[in-house]
Formats: sequence, structure tokens, C-alpha cells
Amino acid sequence: MAKKLPSSGINRAAYLVRGLFDEKTIDRKPTRDGYGLGLVDAGRASKNVVVLSADLTESTRALWFKEKYPERFVQLGVSEQSLAAIAAGMAMAGKIPFISSYAAFSPGRNWEQIRTTVALQNTNVKIAGAHAGVSVGPDGATHQMTEDIAIMRVIPNMRVIVPCDALEAKKATIAAAKLVGPTYLRFAREASPVFTTAKTPFKIGRAEIFRFGVDVTIVAAGPLLYEALIAAEALSRRGVETCVINMHTVKPLDVKALVQAAKQTGAIVTLEEAQVAGGLGGAVCEALAAYAPVPVERVGIQDRFGESGEPTLLLDGFGLTAPSIVESVGRALKRKRGEKVSDRPEYVAAAEGHLDELKGKIIAESLIRTPRKWGGKKPDASLKSRKRK
Amino acid sequence: MPNLTLGPTVRKNLHLHEKKLKSLEERAFAIREDIIDMLVEAGSGHSAGPLGMADIFTALYFHVMVHDPKRPEWADRDRFILSNGHICPVQYATLASAGYFPKRELMTLRKLGSQLQGHPERGRLPGVENTAGPLGDGSSQAVGLAYAALMDRRPWRVYCVMSDGELECGITWEAMLFAGRNRLYNCTFIIDRNNIQIDGNTEEIMPLEPLAAKFESFNLNVIRCAGNSINDFISAVERAHGMSEKPSVIIADTIPGYGVDFMEYDFRWHGIPPKPGEESMRAIESIRTLGGRIQSEHE
Repeated sequence: MAKKLPSSGINRAAYLVRGLFDEKTIDRKPTRDGYGLGLVDAGRASKNVVVLSADLTESTRALWFKEKYPERFVQLGVSEQSLAAIAAGMAMAGKIPFISSYAAFSPGRNWEQIRTTVALQNTNVKIAGAHAGVSVGPDGATHQMTEDIAIMRVIPNMRVIVPCDALEAKKATIAAAKLVGPTYLRFAREASPVFTTAKTPFKIGRAEIFRFGVDVTIVAAGPLLYEALIAAEALSRRGVETCVINMHTVKPLDVKALVQAAKQTGAIVTLEEAQVAGGLGGAVCEALAAYAPVPVERVGIQDRFGESGEPTLLLDGFGLTAPSIVESVGRALKRKRGEKVSDRPEYVAAAEGHLDELKGKIIAESLIRTPRKWGGKKPDASLKSRKRK
Repeated sequence: MPNLTLGPTVRKNLHLHEKKLKSLEERAFAIREDIIDMLVEAGSGHSAGPLGMADIFTALYFHVMVHDPKRPEWADRDRFILSNGHICPVQYATLASAGYFPKRELMTLRKLGSQLQGHPERGRLPGVENTAGPLGDGSSQAVGLAYAALMDRRPWRVYCVMSDGELECGITWEAMLFAGRNRLYNCTFIIDRNNIQIDGNTEEIMPLEPLAAKFESFNLNVIRCAGNSINDFISAVERAHGMSEKPSVIIADTIPGYGVDFMEYDFRWHGIPPKPGEESMRAIESIRTLGGRIQSEHE
């Protein structure tokens, strides 16, 4: 007889770190670091692995591969379109090319080349999109890619993987090198908690349950998964037991695990740092509509662009942190019980109000320091005034 | 950067005998007839480009390239990348003529269930190396292949046929920067310089000249030849093979629609097939009589 699984609490078989919620001890690394480390490992495992960079070698961490295997590193300059097509050509000759750039440019700029030369030809090219999501921060909307999951997911033959932390990013990179076929890997710029361990299971295409719960399920992809776990703890204290699923592979989606969760808990919340339209939220709704229609709340970017700001404030202001997730779960539960809810999700409206509030505060604080020459009250930071100090 | 110490190897003597030249020319005209028949049967497709390129395709597949129609996946074959996929009728007809697949399949062009897609697809048809249609992507794939060949010290070469219109794509010049920077001497680009594109003549739509100077400034070895002279094209390839420091680009001045008098030089024949019946008959007749320049012996 199968062992009965616990109905609530962290899944011990997921082997998450000890002191999961201890902010002082938990390690913080950007997922792009995991990509860099994974590339070196993949390069050691196979001589055919080559890395192509479009002038963003250090920040995508392709540099670590370049240092180890310079003869297998290819610099293209700012040429994202040929980045994809040249990689396809190299793949035709038996190479396993990883193309490294920011998600805004690859797949943002070279979508057609990816569609034609990588996906349609089914060449063994791996696309690494770094600096995805709004947590890129001060660079602003141009560099905050939020549409990548949607535009990659829709292409036949393409896999889409969104690792939740640096360690999983490393595992995903190594696994992608071993698996033949076009694959998109999504990475973030900012450091985020490393909450999985070497023992945490990872297999492309298989969802992992990180926390058991019977009332509602949060399906998340990417570093925000950690926020989902925090939210689940907070909900648990209120008597709501939340199942948390790591859906690192957005395509092919683990429909079986998703449908099982939907049937067991009766309500789903999706969570991602990307457009919910066409993103993980879209993928989950498509699958559930076909196999197990239950109320779904989609937490993510709500049909708008990002903007400049500190990453933590942006995540907070866009409603992607634990408090918003808790609110969204509340709404999902109401809908599950058949209660009436407002037309516009409260958590979306609340986040917008909060964002305005944050903006007002930040700008006011900055303006206080306006020097006299710009019409402010602060003494000018001229050479003279500096000398006085 | 790939190791250039390997250097090029002479794999095939391209010296052209009078008799061989004649047989190549005859084959090119036979391929032109096949193209007309395919297009008429398909009811759609491009006419001018394929007819204009029949000589170059014949020269490549029957004289220049090291390949084996019986082993399309042979690892050391020369790679042929077609960038302007819309001229695929000439590629299909040439591949069939070379024995990659039975000629009767030419009747299925552009039809449901055919190996001969409206634009060629990798993996669908023996001998087709790459998927092409969206213009500009071929040159990048060619340089990727050439780079990988040098990395692995393989002797095979890459030939990439491109149109002149697609030189308007930005990605083309990304590829040229890369080819020049990495001195990919094993890569030869062949430009179908027929001066037409869908909307009109290239120099009216978006002027490309001085074209040779553009490629030279990207560190390419530029060779200009008459694209409808098999002899001249093959000597251009010999010159490309003679350059061991740079990738070469052969700007082949071709006549669009060559061989069918009423199509020649006319951009309106870029994207349409001849009509069945009298029009196609006139086209075939024109091919058989070199546009009325010689008296027909076949009638």
C-alpha cells in the first residue's frame, strides 16, 4: 500500500534548506549565477557544448564558461538575430549551443530567428534569457522582459523552463544540455533565496510539490516561489492549508500534477514574474479549462509594462510578494465556496494603490534633497560647499 | 576563435572540360523545363528567381560540391544553405535531377502531404539542409556551420545562396561581420544579383550598390561573375577556393527568368507561376529555343 502523504506542511521529500524562513542564514544568489555554474558543468560533460554571447558575457555569467573553455566560447557582439541563427547552424554541425543574452533581446528581438532556425528546424539550441522580469530594477521597462514566457511557450518544439533559485538554475542548465531539442531557460538578475538543496528532485517536465495543503494550491515558477512558501506559512497560521507546487517547466506543462492538485484542493493561484496573459497563468488556465475547471487567480504582471525602481519595491508594488499572494488566496477560496467577489480582483487593486503610495513616498524623499540651484532648499553641492566639509 | 592552422584542402579539381560544360548547360535547361512544369502543376510559386539560378544550381550540384545523393547525411559532405527559400523550385528540380529523390515527386510541389513544401524545410526532403523562407536567416546559419567545421577541423565547405533583396535584412550584415571577423574561408556566399524583388527593381526599392564595396568593407573577398554562364561561375568558385584568409562572396549577375523570353528582366514574374495552357507552352518553347535565339530541334 502506498504510504499516506501528509495533508499539510513542507514536503520533506523536497529536501528544502534547513531554516527555510530564517532570513539571516538563507543564502541569496541570482539565478543567472546558477546558469554560469551549470554551463561550466555542462561544458565538462560534453565537448559539444558551446556558448555564444551577444556582448553580455559577464552579466549573463557566460564569462565563467569562457574562462574555462575559451576555445568553445563565441563572441558575436550586439547581434541577437544572428545569435540565434548562427547557433542553429552550429547545432546542425553537431554542437550544443547555448545563446546568452538578456531576455528582452533574446528572445525579445530574435523571435523570428528562434521560430524558424531553432524551433521549426528543431535544432539543438538552448536559449538563455537573463534579466527577465521586473526585478531587473532601475534599468526600467525596456530591459524588464515580461512577455518572454508567452512568446516562447507558443512555439512548437520549444521547452520553457523557469528555475526557482540559483541551484535549480544550475540543475536546469545541465539537464537542458543533456536533453536534445530547443529549450528556453529564464533567469533573473537579482539575488534571491537559495531554498532548494542538491537533494531536491529536479526533472524537466515534472512539477514538484514543495508544500502539502488541502484548501488551495499555489502553482509558481521562478524565484517568487519562495514568496509563495512564505504566504503559505502565513495562511497556515490562519488555518488555511496551502499546497505549493514548483512548476519550473512551463512547457511541457505537468498537466497530471496540476489536475490532481486542482481536484484535491478545488482552487488554484498561479504566481510568476511575467505577464499572466500567456504566461504560467495562461498555461495553467488552458490546461484546467480542458481537464478540471476550478477557480483560478493569476498573480503576476497584469497587462502593463514595468518601470524603474528598486527591485524589492517593484515586486512589492506590482503585487508579487507574500501579502498580495495571501489576498489572492482569499479570493480563490471565496470563489471556491461560491461566494460573490468583486469584478476586479482586490489584490490587483490593492497592489496598484500600494504602488502609487510607494511612488509618492520615494519621489518626495528624493525631492527633499533638491539643491538650491535646481530650486530646492538644500545647499548646492558645489565645490565650495564640499570644501567646507 | 576557430583554429585556422588546418588551412583549406583541395578536395576537388574544378577544371572544366568542354564536354562537361556542354552537358552542364544542357542539364540546366532541362532543369528549367522541370521548373516550369512544377510551377504550372502547383499553380503558385516563384518563377523568375528559380529560372535565373538554374545554371548556378547545376554547377554547384554537378560540378562544385562534394556530396553524395545516396548518403544525404554523410558527415563530410559540403553543406548547401539556401537562404532565399522562395526559389526552392530550382533546388527541388536540381536535387531530383541529382538523384536525391524520384523526379515524379516534383508533381507534388506545394501540395498537402508533400515533401516539397512551398518553402523548403529541413528534415522533410533528402538533400535540403535548412528551412528557409523568412529572408536573411540563411547567411547566419551558413557561418554557424562554417565556424563549427573549423572548430572540429573538418574539410567540408559551406555554400550559401542568397538573393539580392534579402541583403536589405539587418541580420545579413550581422552574419557578414561575424564571417569577416572569424575569417571563415570555408564559407562562400553566392548572391543572386538579379536586381528584382517583389515590389520592383532593387535599386528603386532600396539601392544596394555599390554592393562589392559593401562586402569588401566587411572584410570579405568579393568576386563578381556572370550568373548565367556556368563557365564564369565555376571560375569564380575557383577563385573563392583560392582565398584562404577570408570568406568569399560571389556576386552573380543573373537575369531573372532567364531562358523564358517573356519573363526575363521583369520583376512582375518574381512571385507568380506561368498559367497552364498556352503560356506554359510558350515558356517551354522559349527554353528549348533559347528564347527564339536558336531554331528548335525538338519540335
